[in-house]
Amino acid sequence: MSLEIRQQLTRGDFELAVEACLPARGVTAIFGPSGCGKTTLLRAIAGLEPQVRGRVKLGDEVWQDEGHFLPPHRRPLGYVFQHAVLFPHLSVRGNLDFARRRSGGGPGPGFDEVVELAGIGHLLSRATPNLSGGERQRVALARALLTAPRLLLLDEPLAALDRRAKAELMPCFERLHESLSIPVLYVSHAIDEVARLADQLLLLAAGRVEACGPLAEMLTRLDLTPAGSEEALAVIEATVNGIDTDYHLTRLAFAGGGEGRELWLPGDGLPLGRRVRLAVHARDVSLTLQPPRQSSILNIIPVQVDALSPSGPAQVMVRLRAGDVPLLARVTRKSEAALGLRPGQALFAQVKSVSLVE
Amino acid sequence: MLTDADLSALLITLKLAGLTTLILLLIGTPLAWWLARSQWRGKPIIEAVVALPLVLPPTVLGFYLLILLGANGPLGEHSLAFTFSGLVIGSVFYSLPFVVQPLQGAFAAVNRGYLEAAATLRASPRDTFFSVVVPLARPGFLTAIVLGFAHTVGEFGVVLMIGGNIPGSTQVLSIAIYEHVENLEYAQAHWISGGLLLLSFTLLLAVYGLNRRFKVVGP
Repeated sequence: MSLEIRQQLTRGDFELAVEACLPARGVTAIFGPSGCGKTTLLRAIAGLEPQVRGRVKLGDEVWQDEGHFLPPHRRPLGYVFQHAVLFPHLSVRGNLDFARRRSGGGPGPGFDEVVELAGIGHLLSRATPNLSGGERQRVALARALLTAPRLLLLDEPLAALDRRAKAELMPCFERLHESLSIPVLYVSHAIDEVARLADQLLLLAAGRVEACGPLAEMLTRLDLTPAGSEEALAVIEATVNGIDTDYHLTRLAFAGGGEGRELWLPGDGLPLGRRVRLAVHARDVSLTLQPPRQSSILNIIPVQVDALSPSGPAQVMVRLRAGDVPLLARVTRKSEAALGLRPGQALFAQVKSVSLVE
Repeated sequence: MLTDADLSALLITLKLAGLTTLILLLIGTPLAWWLARSQWRGKPIIEAVVALPLVLPPTVLGFYLLILLGANGPLGEHSLAFTFSGLVIGSVFYSLPFVVQPLQGAFAAVNRGYLEAAATLRASPRDTFFSVVVPLARPGFLTAIVLGFAHTVGEFGVVLMIGGNIPGSTQVLSIAIYEHVENLEYAQAHWISGGLLLLSFTLLLAVYGLNRRFKVVGP
């Protein structure tokens, strides 16, 4: 199943012209800077922007086309707004029941399952104006899920929250990802959220699609915005394949990696065989022609230079491949010259820090 | 104390005010919703017409209604002048802004986000109106009901013009007071006036007190 969108809108100086066909599974992040039209696009898909012309089709259901516009209340979607928008005249349970009564009895997650996923069992009888920001968003998520949606739209659900509330909410989204098979469109301008949650990325810039594809590829393509940012990073899907109990380290093997394509991570709490996602920031990767024999850095991976691109006056961004897995390293132009970096070259990446994102 | 005529004036007044308020809620609610949401350029014209009874001398309104409803008007022999129905029609016009304006204000204060959230939760526009807008606009409804009712109880000019002063049929309290004063029956005038003063004050106190409790919270 796929989500086909072609949406056009001119509003003052702003022009939205988006055409994309997204796989309707997993989490697709719509990523871009503020004002690039992410939220407008999401609202248009929901039918909340009736002036937007074009086409929206989920699977074989056409929501919008020439002369056809399904109003938002007839689209089987769930929507979580940036500010939750809980009904103030209803309790938490009242808000959930509002959604449940109108779900049309479609196949969807049950009440108890949703309440547990969102972790709001203890809040059911509370009045909504007294909830914290994180609690409000969890209730909003549960409420959206109770409509038995075939597509879930999340509009920067973490943007208005402080660090603690974000930490509360992230696990909800991860549980959602693991236990429910509802495709999600997730609007965000925070690359760390995207690296943690997304499977696919739709990059938006000034109302247009910059690129669209699998997360690992989109984050590391040098011609795209994410690799050009200060926070540039790569993600690696890996599997726990060993624990060093003496030193409390976990060994992770990553997909497409061969001999030596392993990473060590501090801590020993993960079970063998667990699949995890790792983030490696470009600023934490340095390059060396010979594997250092004596170094405090544990993670040294054989890689091949894939491409290079200037990053400011003094630095270059280097895209690497460890087997099939793309990585990024930001090095100085001086080092580039000293090492004679060029595409196809084999060398070693020293990874100073790896973090677990999932 | 109150005479039989006074008691029947009281009953007519309450019936008139109750019926008028009910009709105004039925007409005023969709009108106020439309005024609160419409982007139509001609909207100020409608708003001005609705507000006219606020500034117009009631006798002007009563005069035109008399011509419209009277025996020489378009209704001819079905004239509604000097009937209770005529009073109701006159009161509906006269008290219209007192119902429409609080409702319009309350509807305009309902954040658009709630309507959108309701739509994404599969609520049709009608469903959204009754299950979200009406509860959120509750203070507006309370104000509209009390002002519409109290204002109708207190009307004088319009009633006198189109209803006349027929005891047991179109004589309402405000006119009964006038008549008592004309006849120098100050004791009766005191009873009714004092009663109306107390009633009006109690109603308004209730509105302001309750609206404070119903304070609507933003998103």
